[in-house]
Amino acid sequence: MAHTEWKDAPGLPDFSLLKRLARDQLIFLLEQLPGKKDLFIDADLMSPLDRIANVTILKQHEVDKLYKVELKPIVSSSDQLCFLIRPRIQTVKWISDLVNADKVAGRFRRYKIIFTPQKFYACETVLEEQGVYGDVTTDEWNFYILPLDDDILSLELPEFFRDNFLEGDQRWVTTAGSALRLLQSVYGSFSKVYGIGRCAKMVYESWRELMEDGEQRTRQPEFAKVFLVDRDVDFVTPLCSQVVYEGLVDDLFRIKCGSVEFGPDVTSSDKSIKVMLNSQDKVFSEIRNEHFSNVFGFLSQKAKNLQTAYDKRRGMDIQQMKAFVADELKGLKQEHRLLSLHIGASESMMKKKTKQDFQELLKTEHSLLEGFEIRECITYIEEHINRQVSMIDSLRLLCLLSITENGLLSKDYRSLKAQYLQSYGIEHLLTFANLRQLGLLEEQQAGETLTVMESKVGKLVNDKTVGKLTDAFSSLAKKSNFRALSKRLALVPKSGEEYDLRVPRDMAYVFSGAYIPLSCKLIEQVLERDGWTGMEEVTRMLNGQEFAVTGGSSSSEARSKTDAQRIVLVMFLGGCTFSEISALRFLGKERGCRFIVVTTAITNSSRLLEALLDNSA
Amino acid sequence: MSRAKPEDDEYWNSSKFKAFTFDDDDDEFSRLKESKRAMNSILVVDDDDDDDEEEDGVERVSWSGEPVGSISWSVKETASSIRSGSERSFPKIDTTPSLSKQGSGYSLSSLFKGDLYDTAVRTYAPELRKPKSDGKTENTSLWSAFSLEKFRSLQDKLLLLDEAVAVYDGNLITAVLMYLKKSLSKEILFQELMARDVALRHYVHYLKEMGEQKLLVELMKALGRTEDMALMQYKEHLNIKDEGQRRDFLKSCLGLPFSQDDATHVQDHYTLLERQIIIEASDKKADAEIFKKFPRKASILNMPIITTLYYSCFYHYGESEGTYSSPANIRKTFRISEKQYILTALGARAKLKSWFDVDSLFNTKNWLGYTKKRSPVGFHRVVDILQKNSAPVNVLQEYVNLIDSPELKLSVALKYKCHDIVINTYRDLKDRQELVVYREKLERDSPEYRKIQELLNNVQIRWKN
Repeated sequence: MAHTEWKDAPGLPDFSLLKRLARDQLIFLLEQLPGKKDLFIDADLMSPLDRIANVTILKQHEVDKLYKVELKPIVSSSDQLCFLIRPRIQTVKWISDLVNADKVAGRFRRYKIIFTPQKFYACETVLEEQGVYGDVTTDEWNFYILPLDDDILSLELPEFFRDNFLEGDQRWVTTAGSALRLLQSVYGSFSKVYGIGRCAKMVYESWRELMEDGEQRTRQPEFAKVFLVDRDVDFVTPLCSQVVYEGLVDDLFRIKCGSVEFGPDVTSSDKSIKVMLNSQDKVFSEIRNEHFSNVFGFLSQKAKNLQTAYDKRRGMDIQQMKAFVADELKGLKQEHRLLSLHIGASESMMKKKTKQDFQELLKTEHSLLEGFEIRECITYIEEHINRQVSMIDSLRLLCLLSITENGLLSKDYRSLKAQYLQSYGIEHLLTFANLRQLGLLEEQQAGETLTVMESKVGKLVNDKTVGKLTDAFSSLAKKSNFRALSKRLALVPKSGEEYDLRVPRDMAYVFSGAYIPLSCKLIEQVLERDGWTGMEEVTRMLNGQEFAVTGGSSSSEARSKTDAQRIVLVMFLGGCTFSEISALRFLGKERGCRFIVVTTAITNSSRLLEALLDNSA
Repeated sequence: MSRAKPEDDEYWNSSKFKAFTFDDDDDEFSRLKESKRAMNSILVVDDDDDDDEEEDGVERVSWSGEPVGSISWSVKETASSIRSGSERSFPKIDTTPSLSKQGSGYSLSSLFKGDLYDTAVRTYAPELRKPKSDGKTENTSLWSAFSLEKFRSLQDKLLLLDEAVAVYDGNLITAVLMYLKKSLSKEILFQELMARDVALRHYVHYLKEMGEQKLLVELMKALGRTEDMALMQYKEHLNIKDEGQRRDFLKSCLGLPFSQDDATHVQDHYTLLERQIIIEASDKKADAEIFKKFPRKASILNMPIITTLYYSCFYHYGESEGTYSSPANIRKTFRISEKQYILTALGARAKLKSWFDVDSLFNTKNWLGYTKKRSPVGFHRVVDILQKNSAPVNVLQEYVNLIDSPELKLSVALKYKCHDIVINTYRDLKDRQELVVYREKLERDSPEYRKIQELLNNVQIRWKN
């Protein structure tokens, strides 16, 4: 297996500390409302909460009943209600209505809202406007980071992507900055920070500001370098079908907060089972980064070994049997269980993928990445739409086509859009408007040459308002330049070359050897060059916004030999995929360093596109 | 398609695109299936399975699949206890999987003694170090540090806004905008926002979240973003549940300044719903044979155009173009391409097993009066759809034979086990070896098996291998 631990891997910091911090702060906040109380929890906070606390802890702090926030009238006889929510106007409006309904009914209760990870002014104003400010007390639970695994930290904020990139609302910028500050204050400062993207720049600034305000400490750092990257720097990667095991499991079963629910088709029983997928699972940790084609062979071999181990007990006498049961059986049984589970999952994934003609789909994706037989690809996408198969897959292919081709020809755009609306509903014209705004799916503008763009920018540069400049940038951002980038960075290997997936030679293995994730390639290049020097053309095609800053920590020579020097923190703003994480793990192994991924949320093509749909109320 | 066995693995693992196939009879996959059987057959010595599940890293789950003792599970418990009307509290569970690992050995007080932890607390959550607080812990936040009301001149207000934008704090930007909304007239505010894209986007998002549709529309109009305004208004239809009202609303949207393309789509949307309402009203009480044999599972209202066409090909096939519910009428009204029409009609008629209708979809007569089959979509696609609707082999064979490319034809025939075609192709290729291999996959003494047998015994064929 390609990814088993190598010998001199630098040790990773202990992130369980972050869980303890969050738990203790929550307990502290609950104690602010003494006495029995009912707790209402936002649906998307339940899983993260599950990872750091449990019912017993909540009960110890006088939480009586737990409810999910459903924005419907409530049934609770408690005199104290506590709401643990994300700062959303909708939810606060609902709470205000509850309070006002109680007032009308002449019922007296105490109410407390705990916003996490922070409050927003707009939410508090709703309380004021609804006349319940003062009846409701508010607090903040700064639960910024949830460690999902040894090397994955998540902000668990999927809405970051839409809010920031589509709506242009920077409400989460300081949140991301605070998350970095938290990491820095717990684990020490960094020697170097690199980044690319508008949001990355803002997050860096916000983080710097926070550090300047706060107390300065010098601690032995546990990371060497930080890399911040915006999701919109690379949309191609998250739009590709995932074929490494963990990515495939996420695409098909949706891993939620590090845990997945396997249905009866996997468990071969009538029960569903929820399992944690992380490095604790010994079978999973060996296959998670593998290309799916290697997984079968590996699991079969494991199963064979297990069979042999079990068979040893034949012909044992009582003493031997006793020893066997005491020493080996437990381990074997655990492995047996895990192995059965992953074999079941592989089998079920295979069935699902065969059914949807995955092979053909992959071939189309690879052709698009390579810029090869584009007409055939368009025909394939058209038939995909005509047959009304997966609405998200059709959209995904359209977006891939548009990004890789720098937009669609006008007649193709119109025809494909019309057919899409016929197949999946006309209301999707709102979705198309969103995709166009983000530059994910566009019509090529006739005559929109570089000179036009330049004069547009030139005009705006004279105008000193910040807003107009960013406007210019956002319209510039619409050119993806994928083909040129791909050539310059050698993202797509020459066709016809053989690629042995059992012995990956580069990060392209995560996409069957057809494509190196752009995001990861940038990270590799910048780390190699210790900055952006020599990559001017690349950054220009990515619309600039790159930066490299040498950190404040002083004694850089003293640390150079420590493990920390070989740990790189990569923060994805707007989400990252399991394929990217696998690619970075591979890169780390190649270069003798370790990557820690901090992401606003784990994403994949479905989550990314679903965040942009506008087809229901 | 003739690959010799030994090279198999090598080939699939090294070639770029085909490196890994999602194909049921892949070797590795069948090996995996065997492993699965083996796994299931392994007998475990003792049967305390249930007791040590937690230690095995596999969480214990309740009937619904949620881990017992998890928060999500308890929330469901609350919900069900409400339904049953009983007031029982949470089930008492002393350890849960998610906690037992991480929480082991730490008590709250011991946590505070840890060095690293302590420094972390000091910088990150200073309030944790205070003794139990005496009352509210309202944080002093950025915006309450200064009073917005002091900023009264337009210049000051705009400075404030630009300052908020300059520090990238979205929360602050919105806070300032809310103050400007209260203290400036719409016209002035809109005008100033025009030159400030970042602030403008925050304002638009805030209005969306507050549901201030009217103001949003005014804003878009003032900015001259008429297409955005039209879309924003059109979006409102999603909030209307009653189909009649929705139809009327869509009608009112027709005059909005959409782009030319979108105007056509919105017109289609209105026409579609109008037709659907008519069709639904009559089909709800329809008692034709087809409705009894295949009762409708859902209403046709608000379904996409293609779904409506499929429905019409299913229930109203053969009706004259004059009726709204006929396939011909829908096809014409919504300018559906021939290819799209054939695919949809094919799906619907195949579902009903009307092979005659399927045939006539592709039949064309040439000038001599001969019928010939033609299709705007590849026949391999046609076969695909037929197969998914479980067409019998003889129907499948007919269409497999129509596939142009010999390689594609063979691979489709292999996939769907159209033995005759496979055998004839190998015979025409004079490929004796493949025939031998294929024979082994067949049941002994089946007609296909015997056919191969006869061919192999035929001395007149000059095999190439």
